[in-house]
Amino acid sequence: MTEAGPAPYVVLSILGLLSTEEWQAVSLSVIVAVTAVASSLPFGIALGWLMARRDFPGKSVLETAINLPLVLPPVVTGYLLLVVLGRKGWLGGFLERWLDVRIVFTWKAAALASAVMAFPLMVRAIRLAFSAVDPRLELAARTLGAGPVDTFFSVSLPLARHGVLAGALLAFGRSMGEFGATIMVAGNIPGETRTIPLQIYGALESPGGMERAAMLVVVAILVSVGALATGEALERRGRAKLAAKR
Amino acid sequence: MSRLFFHCEHRYPGGFRLDAAFELEEGVTALFGPSGCGKSTILAIIAGVLRPERGMVRLGDRVLIDTSRGIDVPPEKRRVGIVFQDHLLFPHLSVEGNLRFGLKRGASRAIDLGRVVDVLELHGMLHRSPQTLSGGERQRVALGRALLRGPELLLMDEPLAALDAKLKDQILRYLAQSFVEWRVPTLFVSHDPADTRRIASRIIVMDAGRVERIEEPMSRETGLPGTGKTAEEG
Repeated sequence: MTEAGPAPYVVLSILGLLSTEEWQAVSLSVIVAVTAVASSLPFGIALGWLMARRDFPGKSVLETAINLPLVLPPVVTGYLLLVVLGRKGWLGGFLERWLDVRIVFTWKAAALASAVMAFPLMVRAIRLAFSAVDPRLELAARTLGAGPVDTFFSVSLPLARHGVLAGALLAFGRSMGEFGATIMVAGNIPGETRTIPLQIYGALESPGGMERAAMLVVVAILVSVGALATGEALERRGRAKLAAKR
Repeated sequence: MSRLFFHCEHRYPGGFRLDAAFELEEGVTALFGPSGCGKSTILAIIAGVLRPERGMVRLGDRVLIDTSRGIDVPPEKRRVGIVFQDHLLFPHLSVEGNLRFGLKRGASRAIDLGRVVDVLELHGMLHRSPQTLSGGERQRVALGRALLRGPELLLMDEPLAALDAKLKDQILRYLAQSFVEWRVPTLFVSHDPADTRRIASRIIVMDAGRVERIEEPMSRETGLPGTGKTAEEG
């Protein structure tokens, strides 16, 4: 993150009331949340569809595993991620030895922690959306020559798009607020892994912290409202497109 | 060789048992019988959306399903068109998008979109959303969509149910024109004896999951004589 250069943050801090470090936290939060949502969305869609449309042995076990981050203390989830992704963890060790990639205590770990924590919310919304699609429309598509994959992309997914968007927005919001798992697996490194919640927590420990924290709270609210408004706008555009056909 | 050979058995959890056998030739055939006698189950088995417990379905020289040999052709490869009772138009596509759905996926015989639009009089509604159409309009779009796939057999589930007399006459006219224009062998389900006699050149009378008898009236609307016979008289 720091290699990107401090220039944009300087510009932003001149424009507003936040310090360069605080702006870094804001932009890092957005980058982490967008990365978390973008990288987990394909898996969220696949699992949401699977849970809505298929019965298979072990379905309830899979469902429990997906929902686990919802009920576990975030710090526990963070600890488990650290065990798996740490230098001595089976995945972390493999990545570092063979691909020279280090995850823990980088912004990638913050994105991964956010993705894991937000995943249950994303899958839940997408699953509901697929459940609401009339399965007979999928059968109709099959009789018209569309194979299973074609049917998914031409009928099921377009009809579930509102739920997919809602799931992505929920996950974005959850990622913006992620704290416990992030601090365990990514630490609290300014400009690298210090997101808005960590910055707010840190601000409270310094003199005049309440005021600094208040600024960040306002920014956090603005970013979240902006995300919701974007979702609304996309939704409206979709509806307008459909209405134009009438 | 007959156009369609059907002999399947299927048991539902509630205890209802379908055990029906018949053959179809060209023309328009009706599956007639009271509600719950297994008519729609037969359509679902032929279209490939329901797998029977036991049996065989052959269309022309292609076996669509044969449980004893483990053959089960997926619905997208069967070249069987189906018009569902509630039409099942894709709500996220325009009327034209619906019509082109099967066409884009390699119609098995060339049926011209323009001609379908002409015969079924769909001109004014191509860019509309299916949600804005009346029941009769939806019926025509669903028929056009199934025809444009270029099916070797067309199945229709209660095409005239829930229509008032005027609309029924109108739809009958469109159906008759389509049969005359494209001559797709058609099997439709009905529980109304008057409707059945108006469209079909052959009637398979069903009761309690079995074929009772086959009737062969001359259809007044389509004028297509039938030559059906039953493989197993119920």
